[in-house]
Amino acid sequence: MFCRQRGVILGISVLLLSAAAYGQEISKEQIKGLDEQVQEIKSDALGIAAELNQLEEKLLYPSNTQVAVFVSLAGGETFRLDSVEIRLDGTPVAHHLYTFKELEALQHGGVQRIYTGNVRSGQHDLQVSVIGKTGGGADFQKSERFAVNKDVGPRIVEISLAAQGITRTER
Amino acid sequence: MNRLFVLLTILIFSASSASAGTPAPKELKDLHFGEALYYAFQGDWFDAISRLDTELMQHHGVDEPERDTLHYHVGQAEFDVGDFELAYRMHQRAGRAFRAVIEGNVEEPVRNEAVFRLARLYFQKDQPVNAQDAVGSISGAVPSEIRNDLDFLRAQIHMANGRFAEAARILRDLQDAKGLQGFAAYNLGIALIKDGKELEGRQYLDRTGQINSNDELTLAIKDKANLVLGSKRLQEKNFEGAKQVLDRVRLNGPFSDRALLGSGWADAFQGRFERALVPWSTVVTREVTDASVQEAMLAVPYAYGKQNVNGKAALMYGSALEKFGAEVDKLGASIESIREGHFLQALVREEVKQDADWVVKLRELPHTPETYYLLDLMASHDFQESLKNYLDLEQLRTKLDSWERDLDAFEEIIAQRRAYYEPLLPVIDREFRRLDSQMRLRLEQRDRIERRLKAMLVVPRPDYLATAVERIISEQIAHLERKLTAGGAAVPGDVEARIARLRGVLHWNIYTEYDRRFTEAHTHLRDLNGEVERLKRQYAAFVRTRQAATQSYEGHDDVIRRQRSLIRAAREKVGELMARQGHMLETMAVNELTERRERLAEFQIKARFGMADSYDRATRAQTQEKGE
Repeated sequence: MFCRQRGVILGISVLLLSAAAYGQEISKEQIKGLDEQVQEIKSDALGIAAELNQLEEKLLYPSNTQVAVFVSLAGGETFRLDSVEIRLDGTPVAHHLYTFKELEALQHGGVQRIYTGNVRSGQHDLQVSVIGKTGGGADFQKSERFAVNKDVGPRIVEISLAAQGITRTER
Repeated sequence: MNRLFVLLTILIFSASSASAGTPAPKELKDLHFGEALYYAFQGDWFDAISRLDTELMQHHGVDEPERDTLHYHVGQAEFDVGDFELAYRMHQRAGRAFRAVIEGNVEEPVRNEAVFRLARLYFQKDQPVNAQDAVGSISGAVPSEIRNDLDFLRAQIHMANGRFAEAARILRDLQDAKGLQGFAAYNLGIALIKDGKELEGRQYLDRTGQINSNDELTLAIKDKANLVLGSKRLQEKNFEGAKQVLDRVRLNGPFSDRALLGSGWADAFQGRFERALVPWSTVVTREVTDASVQEAMLAVPYAYGKQNVNGKAALMYGSALEKFGAEVDKLGASIESIREGHFLQALVREEVKQDADWVVKLRELPHTPETYYLLDLMASHDFQESLKNYLDLEQLRTKLDSWERDLDAFEEIIAQRRAYYEPLLPVIDREFRRLDSQMRLRLEQRDRIERRLKAMLVVPRPDYLATAVERIISEQIAHLERKLTAGGAAVPGDVEARIARLRGVLHWNIYTEYDRRFTEAHTHLRDLNGEVERLKRQYAAFVRTRQAATQSYEGHDDVIRRQRSLIRAAREKVGELMARQGHMLETMAVNELTERRERLAEFQIKARFGMADSYDRATRAQTQEKGE
């Protein structure tokens, strides 16, 4: 009985002190070698992505017609943003529902490119509508219109959202 | 269940959250940089790197970078791209990014921060000697916000290089450092023990084990310190002391099962089996896949046996045996499931990833292995890195598929544009050339008029401002004179006087109205300038539109062909790497499950012996009672 008892008891030291002894057939070198190859393919993919982005921009959004709308949250804003809708000359062009992660990214100071498209040069009407909840939990809905002038170069519009209102930031 | 994977979740996501801690600038000047941060804050490293890389490349490519809006954030951007690459486990590129900052013309604190990050990278990649060299090169001013982290890293590197005394010296100064509560004391304890100062080291572990905090990570290190200290005391048979520290471990923490098991053994070794049953009875009700729970399933009947409750002990051994059998079968099925590829299929399922505890919840899917058995493995660095690489490769595979579809769409767009523009453009070009030559002519005329008007400011020329009617009349008079004097005939006196009078009237009008006409001419020229400007704008707009029309379908074929070939090659490579990485994960998982199965098989033997022994003793006791 004592032997059996010892056998069970010895289990403790194994349990408390051992690290997982898995993967005897996989060496550190194998893991490292594969990891380096994964890094290389990631680098290749980033290169492809960069060139594709350029191609996409040239093909779909040439600078003479390009308009891009960026959305950010005003500093210190704590309201919960549920959705943003963008209308350009009365036509809905973007409608985004925010996940928790996206909202957090905006609250940390990230800027979201919500819309990229093409317009003729001249004056355009940009309408931004926001739905969300205030810090106190009350529903709120706001909408604002802005005149956007498009000329030869790409037009970038930054919209800053706050519980008090929607503003356009000029750069 | 939370208790089981709290630590796993902390470990898996700690790297991401640390990198996501990169703050946005107080005043953001460059929206594209802000966009890269938007992706980084969501842990979408590929898009974050891709955007920031492009932005930095464009910034360094412009003639006057100081006029580019990224100029305000370029220092942070250079660091961030390295951090993002590190978070995306592209250590080689991250290292290059940090080295670029170090070798650049930067101020001492910036350089030192880059060296710190490079050293941390070396340390994470298990290159402690390189890490030591890197931190050794830091001198002068260090940004205050990284000072403690740098010292802590120095200590960790010393420990990795076996220089425990140096590590201890640094860690002593970090005991009150903000953000390192518990970690500095725990590491100091370990460093001192490794340096042969066992007693002092244990004092620091003891101190760590009594920390008050609400922070989950600090509480986890507190539990760990108690567990390590408790196991040391158990080994040296200081059972009372062991129990004292093991009972400090939280009942809902990631180390609670092991602590409860150890606490029970501390009582059992002192013969206090009734008291041992208290923690053990708690453990046995927990998740059966946990190694401590399984061991407790043997320990409980053992304690009953020691109290001569042999019947109950026999029944409990029997119950344990039954459960071990079920678990062995489950492990066998799990190993089979992994070998059939179900594990990898489940790992990449999107719907599972919506949950933060997705790795654990895989077990709920049909034909997937019992992931609870893989928790320890999943918390290990090698498995995590391999798993993340596998998931990254899966993400790349999806991206490459989608990019190939994008290229198909681009080609279709180009074909449609070509079909639309090609028949139209020759006609448009012909008409344009005609209008262009007319326009050039008119512009030349306008320039000539302007030159003349300028010259007339110096030398007045009223005849230049004669009206069309006046010119015709003048011509008619001249014609009349020529006819009258043809053949040498003399002009009659009255006719000559009339012609002279007509010339006089004409002359009078032209000269007396000169100033008014000259002013009007300037007014008209100004009006004309306005029209010319409008014409030029329309001309430029047309030229741009015309160029855009051609560019919308020409010159992209080579790029698309090259991209296709690159994507194809990358897809093949991703496929091959996924197979190898997947096989590695499967092997790790199968090894782990096999080991657990073998351990359970040993437990089965022990349970059988225990059950037989308990029955023997119960029967002997019964016989003895009858004999008496």
